[in-house]
This record gives sequence, structure tokens and C-alpha cells, in this order.
Amino acid sequence: MRRLVNIRPGRSGRIFLGAAPLLLVALAYLVASAARHSVNPTDKILPSPGDMWAAWQRMAMSVDPVTGAVPLIADTLASLTRLGLGIGIATGSTLVLGLVLGLLPIVRATLGPLVAAIAVIPPIAVLPVLFIVMGLGETAKVALIAIGIAPFMVRDLASQVSAIPEEQMVKAQTLGASTWQIALRLALPQAMPKLLKGLRLSLGPAWVFLIAAEAIASDVGLGYRIFLVRRYLAMDVILPYVAWISLLAVMMDVTLAWISRRFFPWDHAKGAE
Amino acid sequence: MSDPILSLRDVWVEYGDKIVLEKVSLDIARGSFVSIVGPSGAGKSTFLRLIIGQEAPTRGHILLDGAPLTPEPGPERGVVFQRYSVFPHLTAIDNVAFALDCAGSMFLGRLYGRRRKAALEEAGQMLEKVGLSDSRDAYPAQLSGGMQQRLAIAQALIRRPRILLLDEPFGALDPGIRLDMHALIDGLWREHGLTILMVTHDIKEAFKLGDRVLAFDKRRHDPHAPHRFGSSAVYDFPLTGKNRRPPAEILAFGAREPAAA
Repeated sequence: MRRLVNIRPGRSGRIFLGAAPLLLVALAYLVASAARHSVNPTDKILPSPGDMWAAWQRMAMSVDPVTGAVPLIADTLASLTRLGLGIGIATGSTLVLGLVLGLLPIVRATLGPLVAAIAVIPPIAVLPVLFIVMGLGETAKVALIAIGIAPFMVRDLASQVSAIPEEQMVKAQTLGASTWQIALRLALPQAMPKLLKGLRLSLGPAWVFLIAAEAIASDVGLGYRIFLVRRYLAMDVILPYVAWISLLAVMMDVTLAWISRRFFPWDHAKGAE
Repeated sequence: MSDPILSLRDVWVEYGDKIVLEKVSLDIARGSFVSIVGPSGAGKSTFLRLIIGQEAPTRGHILLDGAPLTPEPGPERGVVFQRYSVFPHLTAIDNVAFALDCAGSMFLGRLYGRRRKAALEEAGQMLEKVGLSDSRDAYPAQLSGGMQQRLAIAQALIRRPRILLLDEPFGALDPGIRLDMHALIDGLWREHGLTILMVTHDIKEAFKLGDRVLAFDKRRHDPHAPHRFGSSAVYDFPLTGKNRRPPAEILAFGAREPAAA
């Protein structure tokens, strides 16, 4: 009998093993939903697939007569705009700050403690401050996302840049590179795939901050919608919305991973081309 | 020795109350191949870091071509380390052309158009010299250890440094590959009239390649405060074609190594 640690599933085995728990969860849901509906046909807590499909058609395929827009599309556009702006601002400032913090000891000594102090503040706790200072409009929501994820990304990138081997830094100098040339030709290209990695890790928190900001003060957006219909126990809307948000998040992650492999092949395993 | 390329005058390196190098005075002749050996912790690497400019001496002077050495790395001193010597994000040809890019384009750090073509041409010739013509578009991760070191040598030589510093350059390579690398570096040394300083653990390698061997060790030893005495070059062997056999006291370094570590 082989040891358990040595038994590795093959390709089809892995697919089966991976799919089984997902199917079991879906099956358990269907059974529980059917059981509740047999007792109370108008049950709202565990809507049936039919209920959810009807809600999806209402939200995603028909125009809301009040606003004149398809709710899901309006929500998605509003949320992705906020998310994109927040992530864009965070990524841009991370690139600059992370590079100089990682590369220049004098900047690290000056700004390091400040960044470390900002990083320990729970971003949601400053959300009221943002709302007071910036009003209830888009600015505060974008700012929450940027402030929420930037400190982690900056510190992550700075440590990655300062982890570039000393040998490489010395070598570049013996090849005549100035500080600027080291930053541009050595640190920047090597930081890019690390930045993408940090960004992928920050996508989850970015969504959290987006939905939190939308839940509190908004009139359109994915987070706004699910918190709005919560008042009517509209699980038939909430569950498809959550699935849609998850799908968007997965697509972003896959896209970033693809960009990293496509443009920085040297960072991905031996023999990558 | 008249007109040495590198002179050390009474150089000391101390970290706090720990003395690493004491009273090192040396002249390195132009065109020589100096091997540096010694037990672990005898300050070989510190000595090399001094010459590279990663460290400044606590006391004493270092002169390169009669002028004080700038205390930071510069293009007149090329270097090849045991590992991490090449840039992982650049292809072989771009690794070699890096120095030309830096010299030719202050703000962009990269040449374009006709000047880039000329730079690539020059880098390609250098790659050919070290036998890497077939791998010009490969990334370092796709090259074997020996090929990476060939690349590192080509990269270091393209700016024609006054001194080439080698820090255990072949330490991580298989014995067969090592012999190929010995032939390569020996050929380059003779062909280009380079001045080479090589730190190595391998005493046979030191005596095979060098035309002078410096052995670093502590002259004095205080068992109660071993850190209070630093190392210096205790043996200095000029080698001619015939006497290439390491003397017994040098071979003993190898035996002592585990105790010193």
C-alpha cells in the first residue's frame, strides 16, 4: 500500500475531484431550496433556480422604467469605473513610491515609517473621514479603494525592489549605469511583474472597499443594489449578483495573470518564452 | 614593480572592534592575473569588495592608476560574481548591450535606430567570443550555469574595464564546465591583456590560472579575542611556467576550512 502523501491524482482524476465538492454544494442547495418551497411556495430565503432566472431577466435583460437603463449594466459600469479609478490611482502611486522606497535608502529612511504607519490604519475606519472631507460623491468611493489597497502594494513592491540582489546592483554600476538608469532599466522592469502580482492580491480587498462604500452612500452600483434589495429579502437578486461579481473578479485576475505571462515571460519559470 | 595599475597602502578594514583586514600593502602589476586564496573568513571577499568600491577602507589608501579609488562601483572595474551577475529580465544580447545603452543614452538608458544596431553588432561579437552566439535571444533562466557565467564575462568585458574582478566565478559549476571556463578566461586574458583579480576557494584553480597567487590569512591569532587581529596577504607567490604546484602550507588551508567556518 502506497503512502497517502505519494498518491497523486491524474488529469481526469483532478477534474473529477475538483468538481465533486462544487456539485455537492449545488445539489445540497437545490435539495434545501426544494424542501423549503414544499413547505412554503413563496419562500424567499433559498430561491429556486427558476426564481433566480426570473430575477436575472428583470435585472439584466429589461430596462428599468424609472431610470431608463438596464439595472445590471448601469450597476456594473458604475462599479467598474470606481474600481478602475481606485486601482489605477493605487497602482500608479505604488509604482513611483515602491520604486523610490525600494531603491533609495535615503527615501526609505524618510518615508518608510510614514508608509508603515498609514498601512496599519483600517481603511474602513477612515471612510467617514473621506465622506466628510470629499462629500458623498464618487471621489470618496474611489479614494477609499485607493487608500485601502495602496499601502500594502507600496510596501510589497518596495520590499521586492530592495530584494533585487546586491550583485545585480553592483554589476549595473560597474557597467556605468547611473541611479536613474538603474531605476529605469533594472528596477522598473523587474518591478512590473511583482506589481502585477501585488495587484492581483489586492483585487479582493479592492472589491471589499468598493462594496462597502457603495453600501453606505450610493444610488447605483453592484454593492448598492445588493444592499438595497436586502430590505426585501430579495435573495433571488442577491445571489445572481454575487455570482456576477465573483465572475468579474475572476476575469480580472485571469487577465492580469495573462498580461504578466505575455509581457514578462522571464519572470515565469524556467524555459518560459 | 614600476607603474602598478592598483596599489594598496597600509589598508585596514574594521567593523566596530572586529578587525577584518590589517596593514594590507600591495601592488598589482598591469596585465597580471592574480589569484586570491585563503580560508573562510580570512577577508578575501572583503578585499574584493574594497577594490569594487562596495566598501571603503577604515584606514589607508587604494590607488587605481595612481589616482584614489572612488568609493563606489564604476565602469573602470568590471566584475563577475558567483551568482546573480546577469539581469534576469534581459535577453543575452541585451545583457551585453546594457553597458553600451547606459553609456550612449543618459536619459532613456537605451539606444535606438542606427546606434542600437551598432551596439547590438558589438554585443554580438562579444557573445561570439564567449561562445554564446546561438543563445543571443535567450533569457538567463533558459541558460545553464556555465552559460550564465560566460554571459556575465561578456557583459563585464564590453566596456573594456581596467581591472576585471572575479568573485568565485566558477564555484557553482560542474568540474567539466569549469575546465571549459578556465580555457575561456585564460584565452581572454592573453588575447586582451586584461588585469584580473580572482578570488577562489579552489587552490588548484588559483595556481593553474594565475601568474601570481596571494594567500590571505591572519598573521597573529589571539584565542581569547580572535576578532582583534585582522588578515593580510601572508603569502605572495609569483608563478612562472614551471612552478605551478601549490606549496604545502597553502594546501593546508583547505584542511583548516571547516574549523574556521
